[in-house]
Amino acid sequence: MTKITGAEILIKMLLEEKVKHIFGYPGGVIIPLADKLYSVEEIKFHLTRHEQGAIHAADGYARATGEVGVCIATSGPGATNLVTGIATAHLDSIPLVAITGQVNSSLIGNDAFQEVDMVGITRPITKHNYLVKDVKDLAQVVKEAFHIARTGRPGPVLIDLPVDVQVNTTEFKEPSLRKLKGYNPTCTGHSGQIKKIAKAIEKSKRPIIYAGGVIILSGADKELTRLARKTDIPVTTTLMGLGAFPEDDPLSLGMLGMHGTAYANHAIQSSDLIIAIGARFDDRVTGRIDEFAPNAKVAHIDVDPSSISKNVQVDIPVIGDAKAILKELNTMITKKEREEWHKMISEWKKELPLKYKDDDKLRPQYIIETIHDMTKDKEVIIATEVGQNQMWAAQHYTYTKPRTLVSSGGLGTMGYGFPAAIGAKIGKPEAIVFDIAGDGSIQMNIQEMAVAVLEKIPVIIVILNNGYLGMVRQWQELFYDKRYAWTVVGGEKGTVCPDFVKLAESFGAKGIRIEKKEDVKKSIKEALKAKGPVILDFVIEREENVFPMVPAGKSISEMLHGLA
Amino acid sequence: MSKFVLSVLVENKFGVLARVAGLFSARGFNITSLAVGETEDPDTSRMTIVVAADEKILEQVKKQLNKLIDVISVQDLTEGEHIGRELILIKVKAPDTKVREKIVKVVDTTGAEIVDVGKKSLTVEESGDDHVIKALVELVRPYGILEIVRTGKIALRSDSE
Repeated sequence: MTKITGAEILIKMLLEEKVKHIFGYPGGVIIPLADKLYSVEEIKFHLTRHEQGAIHAADGYARATGEVGVCIATSGPGATNLVTGIATAHLDSIPLVAITGQVNSSLIGNDAFQEVDMVGITRPITKHNYLVKDVKDLAQVVKEAFHIARTGRPGPVLIDLPVDVQVNTTEFKEPSLRKLKGYNPTCTGHSGQIKKIAKAIEKSKRPIIYAGGVIILSGADKELTRLARKTDIPVTTTLMGLGAFPEDDPLSLGMLGMHGTAYANHAIQSSDLIIAIGARFDDRVTGRIDEFAPNAKVAHIDVDPSSISKNVQVDIPVIGDAKAILKELNTMITKKEREEWHKMISEWKKELPLKYKDDDKLRPQYIIETIHDMTKDKEVIIATEVGQNQMWAAQHYTYTKPRTLVSSGGLGTMGYGFPAAIGAKIGKPEAIVFDIAGDGSIQMNIQEMAVAVLEKIPVIIVILNNGYLGMVRQWQELFYDKRYAWTVVGGEKGTVCPDFVKLAESFGAKGIRIEKKEDVKKSIKEALKAKGPVILDFVIEREENVFPMVPAGKSISEMLHGLA
Repeated sequence: MSKFVLSVLVENKFGVLARVAGLFSARGFNITSLAVGETEDPDTSRMTIVVAADEKILEQVKKQLNKLIDVISVQDLTEGEHIGRELILIKVKAPDTKVREKIVKVVDTTGAEIVDVGKKSLTVEESGDDHVIKALVELVRPYGILEIVRTGKIALRSDSE
């Protein structure tokens, strides 16, 4: 049999996994792989301008398509630049395979040039990782890496690949997954437990479904909708779960938690049964944990046993794939109507709707709503940065389909949105992709504009520009006596820094500054026509806040509403 | 915080110990003892971990251990019958023949053995469960302990009723 190099084995495996796009950045020890990949037509390599951009793009690609995202970086600083992106994917359970070059295996541990212990650094932030020391192991490692990344609770897997392993040769041997003795992701749930949920639903007077990102990851949105509609149960979602249930459905309560809707928070607090599906009772959702949903029985469906009873004591746990479990649950339920419960909820909805001051000033909520109104009949993906922009995008856009929001939930990574939007657009070229950004976070990975321009990727960046790091400023306004320490980024009023229009133009992109409410629609229309990336720099009300808000450490019944 | 005994069957590969230990250290738990060795299958190793921990957090650690790809199974041996054994070496002061004879006599009353005789010291070896080890340490303590080394506990679940 003929022998092939490690780089060739890796590429063979990537093709077997049907990888079509790779995001990355080169460096000394990854040249052998780059060289072999150079002539592979089936895989398109996207050269970002920073490794962090590469991994967020791979992540955005994975969230938009449901496929495993792949990125490549060199050893040392190239590899460490992936760390934030790996942690981002880890906290949101996004399937990624990150490949890093490593120094020659004979030099490992010698403090060689551009050497870091990448497997050591990423151990707590990957689902699994590998250092490949022998080219004979490589095919097996790649096979396992993709399998682990996409199955069970998905997550990032890192493969650290010394330069000599890329050039050494061996006979290719077909790898097998049978070697994974310690990895059996549970798939179907326990029928007895599922039956218990069905019974609890039957008995409950005020049930609520609390759905997380897993609905989207496991493709269980149809099953969820069926369950909710047949049993007449209202649905609230986490940030990661937005799009899992159509928000234009009367049963939808929108997002819950710190910046959730008042009616979602009141409903969960008043419920007698919470059906949690692939959500993890994060502190941003529960608020003060000992006052969370005091009268509710909790049923929890999750593929990860370690999520059960981690934060909230669970009465009916079911371990397994959400889609399979909901399918089974749907065969056990009977049609229900819950008039009284919905009457309570509609009163909250009437009394405490999501609102903002709809005057003639340029307010961010209006911009998001206008984007929705102008594009709702089309396929749209909303990526976000992190901060006020993210929360306004979560609250004021109406998500009706899964994989339409691409946002860093668990880690809350500023600088995530733009590269993720590029990845999403590459994965779903037919979709219109917006990155809802703040003037702070967009500056964290703005260098990727070069990729968007050169590869003609028409992502629309919507900067909600208030000259502040707005979310921290909001906390300072509300809880720190308006002392705006470290949060002024835009310079004094009337000045701009940077000038985002000129910045866009310097890359060869289009930039439009919008200062008046009446110009919003026109600018969006123009951006939608563009063939390349566009920056829409909206100069918004500087001290606009995100409401409602549950102050950190308070019960989610104690919301600040802002508007009298 | 109470003591727990976990028996963890793992892949016999580099890096596995660091993954397992990392789950404890990340939560600020000190591992009291840890013993690792190959099993009947050379591809797997068994770790016996004794750890002082908060029960609720340990529950989470057990689940996280199970999530590690290289961990094949996790048994909590804290409750229920198990056979636990540890080996200890104690170097005791023995400045003259008189003292030496006394120590030899004392050790003879136990199952322990003198395994090394120096000019001014004796080294005693013992293996057994927690009680046996503790009893021996207390027995020789009055003569002056110079050094102690212990293997850490190894344990298997008991099959006897």
